[in-house]
Amino acid sequence: MNTTIMLFLLQDGITNGAIYALLGLALVLVFAVTRVILIPQGEFVTYGALTYASLASGQMPGTAKLALAMGIVACAFDLFVARKALHGRLILRSILANIVLPAIVLAVTLHFAGQKPPVAVCIALSLLIVAMIGLFLYRIAFQPLAHTSVLVLLIASVGVHLALQGLGLLFFGAEGQRGPPVLSGAFTAGSLRFTGQSLTVYGITIAFIVGLWLFFGLTLYGKALRATAVNRLGARLAGIRTTLSGQIAFLLASVIGALSGIMIVPITTLYYDSGFLIGLKGFVAAIIGGLVSYPLTAVAALFVGIVEAFSSFYASNYKEVIVFMLLIPVLLLRSLAAPAVEEEKD
Amino acid sequence: MQSRLPILIFALVMAAIPFVPGMPPFWIVLLDNIGLTALVAMGLVLLTGVGGLTSFGQAAFVGFGAYTTALLTTAYGLSPWLTLPLSLVVSGLLAVLLGLVTVRLSGHYLPLGTLAWGLGLFYLFSKLEFLGRNDGISAIPPLSIGSFRMLDPGSIYFAIWVAVIISAVLTMNLLDSRTGRAIRALRRGHVAAEAFGVHTPRAKLLVFIHAAVLAGLSGWLYAHLQRAVNPTPFGAQAGIEYLFIAVVGGAGYVWGGVLGAAIVVILKEVLQSYLPLILPGSGQVETIVFGIMLVALLQLAPGGVWPWLMSFLPERTSGRKPDTSLKLDARLRSPGQSSVLLHVEKARKQFGGVVAVNNVSFDVQAREIVALIGPNGAGKSTTFNLITGVLSATSGSISVLGKTVDNAPPQEIVKLGISRTFQHVKLVPDMTVLENVAIGAHLRGHSGPLASMLRLDRADEAKLLAEAARQIERVGLADQMHQLAGSLSLGQQRIVEIARALCVDPMLLLLDEPAAGLRHMEKQQLAKLLRDLRDGGMSVLLVEHDMGFVMNLADRIVVLDFGTKIAEGTPATIKTNPEVIKAYLGVAA
Repeated sequence: MNTTIMLFLLQDGITNGAIYALLGLALVLVFAVTRVILIPQGEFVTYGALTYASLASGQMPGTAKLALAMGIVACAFDLFVARKALHGRLILRSILANIVLPAIVLAVTLHFAGQKPPVAVCIALSLLIVAMIGLFLYRIAFQPLAHTSVLVLLIASVGVHLALQGLGLLFFGAEGQRGPPVLSGAFTAGSLRFTGQSLTVYGITIAFIVGLWLFFGLTLYGKALRATAVNRLGARLAGIRTTLSGQIAFLLASVIGALSGIMIVPITTLYYDSGFLIGLKGFVAAIIGGLVSYPLTAVAALFVGIVEAFSSFYASNYKEVIVFMLLIPVLLLRSLAAPAVEEEKD
Repeated sequence: MQSRLPILIFALVMAAIPFVPGMPPFWIVLLDNIGLTALVAMGLVLLTGVGGLTSFGQAAFVGFGAYTTALLTTAYGLSPWLTLPLSLVVSGLLAVLLGLVTVRLSGHYLPLGTLAWGLGLFYLFSKLEFLGRNDGISAIPPLSIGSFRMLDPGSIYFAIWVAVIISAVLTMNLLDSRTGRAIRALRRGHVAAEAFGVHTPRAKLLVFIHAAVLAGLSGWLYAHLQRAVNPTPFGAQAGIEYLFIAVVGGAGYVWGGVLGAAIVVILKEVLQSYLPLILPGSGQVETIVFGIMLVALLQLAPGGVWPWLMSFLPERTSGRKPDTSLKLDARLRSPGQSSVLLHVEKARKQFGGVVAVNNVSFDVQAREIVALIGPNGAGKSTTFNLITGVLSATSGSISVLGKTVDNAPPQEIVKLGISRTFQHVKLVPDMTVLENVAIGAHLRGHSGPLASMLRLDRADEAKLLAEAARQIERVGLADQMHQLAGSLSLGQQRIVEIARALCVDPMLLLLDEPAAGLRHMEKQQLAKLLRDLRDGGMSVLLVEHDMGFVMNLADRIVVLDFGTKIAEGTPATIKTNPEVIKAYLGVAA
């Protein structure tokens, strides 16, 4: 192996790793706040990517309609829960947020569909659509289960994953799609070629990590989220609405997922079911980070990306085996390093 | 003890189904699939629902079972009946290997670890040359008895359901035994179980193997039903599916696994065959509806469908009282009874920079009640944890009957005859009082898991339960014996903990705030019980905040403050000790 290949693999690994880092961060965030292991994270990626690609190629993405449909269900849930104490403002707010907003987005999407809007519009619409789906998803699927065990939440998460993946096939078909690059152009440094796209990936990942760090460290909402993650009951007693924390977590996760999708769809062809495996690798990184630490997750994600790149070069058949088996020694080390000091759990 | 009648009826109904005239063969295929899935789900019930170990990797064990028989019957021409034990052994051995690595994982790492090797093994199945890569292995011979070859789904049906029913009975037998109680205690954390001699990593490994062997059995049957194997049904998706089958059915219940399998298999089938009629066109609609129904089902019955159904049945009459005339052998006493039971010499425990226990020394003599008192945070519970081996001391030594026991694990300490209760009650809330207390006698029974499954443990079991019942009567909770421990008041739960500790047949009883949450009369009863125990030859070391209770009961009092011993003596001298008054009231009085 020469240095060129090694550098190339390293670069490839870092680009993928950056995406895994973002997804890992989202998974950690959602788990910490809501205790949901978000398997549908991968669907946020494909939805974001394929909505963007569809819009860019002049098609009408079905996700915009899905957002409206889910909004209507979410609104129904809201009204049903509040049926004993309905008042005008509450109804109005729920209808505005859950029905009017997605309806407007749908109208805008319909307007732009078929006329190949500029890249920025495509990105904005895709992010908006997937963000709403994430938000409504929490309201419909997970908020009613918020009191149950991690296991039940996990299984619900599997159910959501299946439903969303099926819908993905319905909306985007079985064929893969690619989208236009977010940033075109490239330059070479030494023997390495940096495309605008890969630079975008690095830039956005770093921006997000810094952004999340600032959000959690400095803002009141960020602190509320952290408080919820540490102790739900305590947070509620302190006046933090845990529902709101859950919504913020899902909103962030869906935006991060969609953004990751938009960033990779110009590099690799994505299919309706590609999300699962991509999400899983983000997951591997999150696990190595112990599902709690953001910086560690980011580092682990880069590591996973690099291992994947090298193993696909040397033993492409065993690429997935290597990536997933890698976890076991890491998990073991973590368990041994921090033996469980357990107290009451239920 | 579960009644055998419903199982017998179920077995007869299942046996009769194929003989119903006009039974569509398609239904038999469906039942075959339900049986295969139920076997795996049953293992998961034990592993996840009862033992609290979530595994995504069960599909891989099904794969081990299936590939073992596929390879051996096709490439080496072995008889399928010969490969049955081999399939089970391979699954079991790999469970030992994977289990040794993964059951050590704590908290959420465990499910993730199983997901990792589940995925890894799936890719391995699909890449290995001798397993036929993605094409798998075909032309597997059918099962046959003499000249009767089980070629069609209708004939292997019996093999599958016999396996399901036998496995269910064995699994339920296992749960209703000494080993079963240890397994059921796992989910609530390991500290309490270990304090009574349960070797928790071993118990975890045991359920892991049990679940894997059941999965291997399912795989073996699957291979001979399909007569071909390929990697697809053994992937991560399948592993996740098995888990949600167990959860949908009711993860804590053996029959929940079977019910969950039936619900999910039938639901999928119905969706696949009827949905296209309603919504023609696109292919994946059934997945969408399936996913949505799964979430809806969980929202309606988060605990699973089986317990939800059972709640409609009239409540069972309470179980029968064990025959208390049966005597359990006394715990083996170590020779050389010295009059100093426990000697703590300069014990010290540091957590980072915090010195929780600072060079504390004291003794407990035979037939003596010693109280350990001090303000909150004085290090009393930490001292208890040092004595019982839950924590290891930073320095200093602890000796029992003159022998040092530094850093001995809790399982060894309890063998010396030191048993304890906990400040935060550690009972298994969904087990009855009797079962909880019987955990205390764990070390005094000897039946292993195999004996339990085959019901060879009944004599041993009857003695254990008799001992537990006797101790429950002794602490005055005979009326609550068959209630779930979680349904008792906190004060009563503390008393249950005392009964559990008494089941050890201890020489020294360590009680952490036993009187907290008790009413006045109950406190007096407790004091009387403890005096009786002392007069019967037992010693008691207790931590307590209720000064009236302590002063009237204790022979000697040791006072801790900020981890340091500040006084020791009879209640009368402690009451007037200025240091003690200062520690409690903040000023010298």
